[in-house]
Amino acid sequence: MRDVAIIGAGMIPFGRRDEDSLMDMLAWAGLKALDDAGLGDGGVDALYVANMGSGILQHQTGLASALADRISLLPAAADGIENGPASGASAVKNGLLAIASGYYDTVLVVGGEKMREVTGWRATDFVATMTHPTAEYVYGVTLPGMAGMFTRLYMEKYGVTREMLVSIALKNQAMGALNPYAHVEMALSKDGIFDNPAAVVNNPLAADPLHLYDACPVSDGAAAVVLTALDKVKNPAKPTVVIAGFGQATDTHTLQEREDPTDLKAVTLAAQQAFERAKLKPADINVAELHDAFTILEIAESEHVGFFKKGEGGKAALAGKTRFGSQIPINVSGGLKARGHPVGATGVAQIVDIVWQLRHELPKERQVKDAKNGLTVNFGGFGNNVLAFVLRRVEA
Amino acid sequence: MAVDMELEAVLRPHQYEMPPYPPKVITLANGKKMVVRQADREDVPAILKSVHPCLFIERDYYDIVSARLYGELLAWYRYRAKSEYCLMGQVDGYLVGVVNGRMETEKVGMSYHTLAIDRGLRIGSHLFAAKMEYHLEYLNQDEILIVAESPIGFRRWMIEYPLEPTKIPHELGGGDSWRLTREIYFKAKPRLVVGERPVPEDLWEEATRDVLFADDDTIRERIAGLKGR
Repeated sequence: MRDVAIIGAGMIPFGRRDEDSLMDMLAWAGLKALDDAGLGDGGVDALYVANMGSGILQHQTGLASALADRISLLPAAADGIENGPASGASAVKNGLLAIASGYYDTVLVVGGEKMREVTGWRATDFVATMTHPTAEYVYGVTLPGMAGMFTRLYMEKYGVTREMLVSIALKNQAMGALNPYAHVEMALSKDGIFDNPAAVVNNPLAADPLHLYDACPVSDGAAAVVLTALDKVKNPAKPTVVIAGFGQATDTHTLQEREDPTDLKAVTLAAQQAFERAKLKPADINVAELHDAFTILEIAESEHVGFFKKGEGGKAALAGKTRFGSQIPINVSGGLKARGHPVGATGVAQIVDIVWQLRHELPKERQVKDAKNGLTVNFGGFGNNVLAFVLRRVEA
Repeated sequence: MAVDMELEAVLRPHQYEMPPYPPKVITLANGKKMVVRQADREDVPAILKSVHPCLFIERDYYDIVSARLYGELLAWYRYRAKSEYCLMGQVDGYLVGVVNGRMETEKVGMSYHTLAIDRGLRIGSHLFAAKMEYHLEYLNQDEILIVAESPIGFRRWMIEYPLEPTKIPHELGGGDSWRLTREIYFKAKPRLVVGERPVPEDLWEEATRDVLFADDDTIRERIAGLKGR
């Protein structure tokens, strides 16, 4: 098995991109990553395109073939990857395996989604298509609804409070306000969303006990990375970042079938595999991008990957232990909460953000000092398909 | 333009007595304070400058709403609207939203338009609620007739309150009106109507000194830009 490096990373600002087609977004992100890698039209053996719902939202399929042609990668191999909101990380994994196995030397992975094409209701319904069709979807279950039930259980079992959830929203939106790629570049105030009587309107209940600002926005966006065999990297212009380890695990399709619905086994297993393959421990991680589609998920994942003991994640967040400049900075990009969650793009965008961190090329207000190891967790379904990556900076 | 007051007496519609809307201040999600106050007729030119760039924004039906609002405010300014009023929201003196309406009869109010010039802070929701508050608590009316021209408006008014459908045509000529009764309003009030009175002196002074407005590009970017929420 060959070691795999990430030599190019690119992203377009997330938001509401009415003027761009999905293909425009994918192309732009892909070209940015190729440019970052110093590659021109040639040199890419294969293309993986992550997307969850273009068939539903844009009535367009066959994205990978179309993108290969659009950005002049012909005759590179091209495949589309659909794995719900974990499509992005799944595509990176496929690129990783293809290179590690020796079949390809260089792979471009692009993830993107255009969700603002439809109303919020339709977008919520589209995401809900990944729930169990006869046990969940037909009863009107949505992802916010599931997250609400999960939060209630987590609160009862581990004493998570609304104030802890609010601390995640405040932290991530404060970081998003510093990130030009973030959909929501707006810091919130605790007074405005929690303490003041006006919070009842500013931050209304969305899916009890979750409120509006506990959820990520619905976004358009795309991100891309270029992977290559480490032994092919000669005289790199930028610090080299390698995929030190990855893990993936699945869990029951329906939440109700889990022995303990608050136990995100797939997160634990995926992170354990990634750490074992990287020969690192959670304490070795300097910066992490966790899948905070809802504030509760950042708390739960911070426990399940091993940063904190079960029941301690919320307290740690409230105490500021996950802020920028603290013990383990989580979601310095603003996370899904502020950067946005174009579902097919998210897993790739998390990796792009960690690559930028490990290259030490971010502005100082977001650059984690001396960051060497980073973790990403991309959470599909409601934890039924999870991928984790450990990335490492290779010192020259 | 010369005004013939003899003719004006014929052309100007009847005006009901309208007690003033008492100003209030609302803390927004970003911690900023929005002063909600009744506009004076003399404020209209400044308001129209903020509405003008919105006329050309297709996103979320801003063009239709702005065009209608522009005409309604102009009609009020030129004494061609019956019992119209306008409330506005200001943050740091800058105009961030406008709502208007009028008294159809002494007991029935007619909601006109709601225009949020800054987005993502529920400014439209707050101002619409202030408009409902004015009709039912200060003009002491029994009900308000409302239509929505955008899906966002439909979600915010018809569903969130929730309003009751009627077959009464709205004077804007669109879909049938929906009705907010006193009963519905007071039931919804705890979760939708907020604000503190009186407005602190410094905020009041800032709001009434001048109506400040963002430049056209800023307004367009806030409403229809990439970061539009």
